[in-house]
Amino acid sequence: MALKIVKGSIDRMFDKNLQDLVRGIRNHKDDEAKYISTCIDEIKQELKQDNIAVKANAVCKLTYLQMLGYDVSWAAFNIVEVMSSSKFTYKRIGYLAASQCFHEGTDVIMLTTNQIRKDLSSPNQYDTGVALTGLSCFVTPDLARDLANDIMTLMSHTKPYIRKKAVLIMYKVFLKYPESLRPAFPRLKEKLEDPDPGVQSAAVNVICELARRNPKNYLSLAPLFFKLMTSSTNNWVLIKIIKLFGALTPLEPRLGKKLIEPLTNLIHSTSAMSLLYECVNTVIAVLISLSSGMPNHSASIQLCVQKLRILIEDSDQNLKYLGLLAMSKILKTHPKSVQSHKDLILQCLDDKDESIRLRALDLLYGMVSKKNLMEIVKKLMLHVDKAEGTTYRDELLTKIIDICSQSNFQYITNFEWYISILVELTRLEGTRHGHLIASQMLDVAIRVKAIRGFAVAQMATLLDNAHLLTGNTQRNGICEVLYAAAWICGEFSEHLEDPMQTLEAMLRPKVATLPGHIQAVYVQNAAKLFATVLRKHDGETESQAAQETSQLLIDRLPLFVQSANLEVQERASCILQLVKYIQKLQQKNVEVAEEVTALFAGELNPVAPKAQKKVPIPEGLDLDAWINEPPSESESEDEKPKAVFAKEEPKHSRSRHTEVDEKELARRREVRKQEQANNPFYIKASPSSQKVYDAPGVEHIPVVQIDLSVPLKVPGMPMSDQYLKLEVERRQKEKAERKKKEKKKKREKRGKERKADSGPESEEDITPAHQVDIVTEEMPENALPSDDDDKDPNDPHKALDIDLDKYVPYCRHLQFIHVLHIVYDIQGNHQDESKVVVSVIFENKSDSFLKSMEFNVLDSLNSKLQRPEGAGAHDSLTVPFQLPPGQDTHAFLFVSSVSVSIVAVCIDCFLMQSDESSTHEKLDFKLHFTCTSYLITTPCYSDAYAKLLESGDLKGSSLRLEGINMPFHHLLARICFHHHFSVVERIDSCASMYSRSIQGHHVCLLVKTTVSIDAKCDEPSLLGNVLDEIKQTFSKC
Amino acid sequence: MIKAILIFNNHGKPRLIRFYQYFAEDMQQQIIRETFHLVSKRDDNVCNFLEGGSLIGGSDYKLIYRHYATLYFVFCVDSSESELGILDLIQVFVETLDKCFENVCELDLIFHMDKVHYILQEVVMGGMVLETNMNEIVAQVELQNRMEKSEGGLSTAPARAVSAVKNMNLPEIPRNINIGDINIKVPSLSPF
Repeated sequence: MALKIVKGSIDRMFDKNLQDLVRGIRNHKDDEAKYISTCIDEIKQELKQDNIAVKANAVCKLTYLQMLGYDVSWAAFNIVEVMSSSKFTYKRIGYLAASQCFHEGTDVIMLTTNQIRKDLSSPNQYDTGVALTGLSCFVTPDLARDLANDIMTLMSHTKPYIRKKAVLIMYKVFLKYPESLRPAFPRLKEKLEDPDPGVQSAAVNVICELARRNPKNYLSLAPLFFKLMTSSTNNWVLIKIIKLFGALTPLEPRLGKKLIEPLTNLIHSTSAMSLLYECVNTVIAVLISLSSGMPNHSASIQLCVQKLRILIEDSDQNLKYLGLLAMSKILKTHPKSVQSHKDLILQCLDDKDESIRLRALDLLYGMVSKKNLMEIVKKLMLHVDKAEGTTYRDELLTKIIDICSQSNFQYITNFEWYISILVELTRLEGTRHGHLIASQMLDVAIRVKAIRGFAVAQMATLLDNAHLLTGNTQRNGICEVLYAAAWICGEFSEHLEDPMQTLEAMLRPKVATLPGHIQAVYVQNAAKLFATVLRKHDGETESQAAQETSQLLIDRLPLFVQSANLEVQERASCILQLVKYIQKLQQKNVEVAEEVTALFAGELNPVAPKAQKKVPIPEGLDLDAWINEPPSESESEDEKPKAVFAKEEPKHSRSRHTEVDEKELARRREVRKQEQANNPFYIKASPSSQKVYDAPGVEHIPVVQIDLSVPLKVPGMPMSDQYLKLEVERRQKEKAERKKKEKKKKREKRGKERKADSGPESEEDITPAHQVDIVTEEMPENALPSDDDDKDPNDPHKALDIDLDKYVPYCRHLQFIHVLHIVYDIQGNHQDESKVVVSVIFENKSDSFLKSMEFNVLDSLNSKLQRPEGAGAHDSLTVPFQLPPGQDTHAFLFVSSVSVSIVAVCIDCFLMQSDESSTHEKLDFKLHFTCTSYLITTPCYSDAYAKLLESGDLKGSSLRLEGINMPFHHLLARICFHHHFSVVERIDSCASMYSRSIQGHHVCLLVKTTVSIDAKCDEPSLLGNVLDEIKQTFSKC
Repeated sequence: MIKAILIFNNHGKPRLIRFYQYFAEDMQQQIIRETFHLVSKRDDNVCNFLEGGSLIGGSDYKLIYRHYATLYFVFCVDSSESELGILDLIQVFVETLDKCFENVCELDLIFHMDKVHYILQEVVMGGMVLETNMNEIVAQVELQNRMEKSEGGLSTAPARAVSAVKNMNLPEIPRNINIGDINIKVPSLSPF
């Protein structure tokens, strides 16, 4: 035996430790994988040994291998073994490994519950600390449920080191087990005023994290945070609080007004840049929330912008970046104050740092106006040229398009310029954003009717030079543009000068190399062009040109008929047949142009993306109702075969078509309008969408004079610059004319008023180059204005949206007196098992100041208040704080010593003073100590549990719960949570649970899914009371 | 919240990884590679914030990093964290390492990954900042190390002797990869 031990330890001497492993890997650079696999084999051997030190060493090495990307989950059980070692050294290794590789899917996690509970209540604070740290990384809903109570108790631990860890981990527990938020919250709040700054900081951290997701529930904490903000000197805490206020102010503008002053003071006084920056950020948030109400904060805005300018001008790139970031927030509400720093922002576009350039780009978005759009875009185009082949260039491209298209092309005065910018952008090679450019082209061509002629001409050039775009490869995303070009040329082909040429360009063999969806559009629009060509030659007898066109299509289309893409193939063969038929007719000299054109007649209107969703359901239409009666079950399907379809369907469709003629339709429409007009509840269509309906006619489109002095450009030469020049000239001309007019006016009304006309052009002075009619997107009639931004239903924070000020079901409430609202909670004390801790929260409901309060406790036979040393049994206890009027809440804690369980009676007296007069009020109430309060969650292993039951010392009783329809695990969770039990074992339909009273009485429960509870306990009176309380808990829900 | 902390060297070799959200091992490696790719191509005199990184996070997340000689320290955080605050935290962490290892260099991190983890655990817990006071962190780490020592540590004395023997015939270990000037000027919070 002794020999074996010696041999074992000699073997161990040659085991690799972590350093050896690392060294070995570094020495085997060439065959690292092979070396590691032999190491893993060794580790597997080591894990098989009984010696815990060897196992711990192996687990430590595994943690390293995990970092290198090796899956070590196969060793999960061994990790649990190492975690449960009694030595801190090994325990720490085990928990580290677990925190690196355990997750919700790890099945051995459920074995750890009792071990973790044991560690949490360990007398050694570092055992507890290590367990908390580990748990924070792999906590699961089950662990959170089972351990919530233990962790809550640790929040009042004597060591601040444990307190701060326990407070922090509560956030993770809340996320996994939202039910625990309510009972834990009072204690969490109390920790905001913990004497230890670390604990305080942790509590602030957790509450900020909670409040960020559901700010409205935490508004009532604002005064407390305000106090902290003005008193704390810990910058870390200050930053968190100030960030939190930034989230709260949008909900409560009054808070914002209060904040401005202290924040401004901080901005002026602090030397810490991080604090300064967060202050500025929150002031901005405040200003945004106030901006609707009071415009009187220009000083604060100026201060912010000024400070930000200093940041942006700083040589430190980090400050520059953050300055720009914050600037973009101001921009949304106070664009004017940012616009004056345009020079600075344009300067940042030249910065060598990409992050900064991107931020500056974001800012530009909000800084454009009708006046400077062209100029800014020109500058950006220059950058585009410089930024060849980077993602930054793609970013530039999207930004240019964003800037131009924002709020319905609001700032574009000259659409010809915009189209030529888009055409220029198509020359960027290798961009991913071809579809973006394409959709802009489509958008502009469809919605700006006046531009169609110009757009079509440009698109025809693009199609003609398609080889430039598709140039090297198909991967090139830019060929998407051809999709738009083909469609525009086809749809608005009446504007084409030479449709024949475009048609030819669209049917080149090279087209077959384009992606399928683009080819499909080509084919379809070739047909449209064909129709246009035919119409052009309409009337000419024996038109040679028309027949040539047909022949061209017949020659070229077969290429597409062979396409592997179904869509292309289908369209091509369809159109090919059509053309062949037309050719036949042409040869017979039949007029076909009109009929072919009719195929593509009608105008397409843009439809808003949400239009379909917003079509209201007409009155009386029940979408869920059967249209036809469902076939009865008895009627088998074979009985009446095909007859149903063969006979009935044509009849239906025929009759519908014949009976609804134009007149009838018009009449019905009239009737409906009348009805709608008389119906007060009918929501009328907005005027903008009405407009689209009323004026679809072509007469309303203003005719645009295309300036022919600008020749259409050959691709390869930028031409948008010329527009810029032209625009400038045009504006000057206009200005000059205006001046002339003004002078005339002045001459007429001399001496009346003097205007300074040397000032800069104001925004309104710039008139668009041509009156463009921007068609708004169509929405269905009477669509309801609503935005339905669906929140992510999987967001874990949703479950934490709990109104914490409302009724707290877990704690017991006391009298709802008009002066004071009291909530209390009783918990067993882990440190001293003869005591229970009572946490009390007072809420001042009156509108006067509560100056002092005193407890007078009448000790009962069974329980005694723990008084300070030297105080008599009848001395009162003063509550060490004052309560301001209003909603403020505070928590207080006192310890009562207990001998036997059941009920303790206490009487309280409060001294209340309002501002001028002081009043005394004496309020009597009872604290009800349920026997559950005396139970302490204690882990129990199943074998010990079995022994306990076999011993025969326990007396049994049972209980049936009626009308419970919650999932079984919820039921268990409730019993665990409210009554401090722990689950010993769960087998399918039943679970055994255990708890222990502070006097050491055992309580065992067997809970079945049929919701019957069998209980056993060595103290019959305790047993009866526990069962009564469980019954009460479930009768409430 | 901090979503991940990554330490890797100038060649992208991980020295410590700590994810506060579960990712499978291969995904973790991908994230390291992507992050390294993003961070390593940046000059030393550009800002320390980085948006993007498609694998981890999303629009709400930022990479905040610092580059010391041969090592990158990268924190992936969401918008609830103060950017400059996290930069300072990295500095605090590195200074703590410097104190605990006495003139820390990359080799310390390579051979004592576990110890670095234990130090980090005193700074950040479960993705939330636990302690920012360096003295407090160092004190707690030392107390725990003392406890480990009193238990005899993981490798007992004979094993250490063996390890010395094992060391002898190894090629020379480069010892000159000092992290260098650690007190890089930070626009910082006044001491916590």
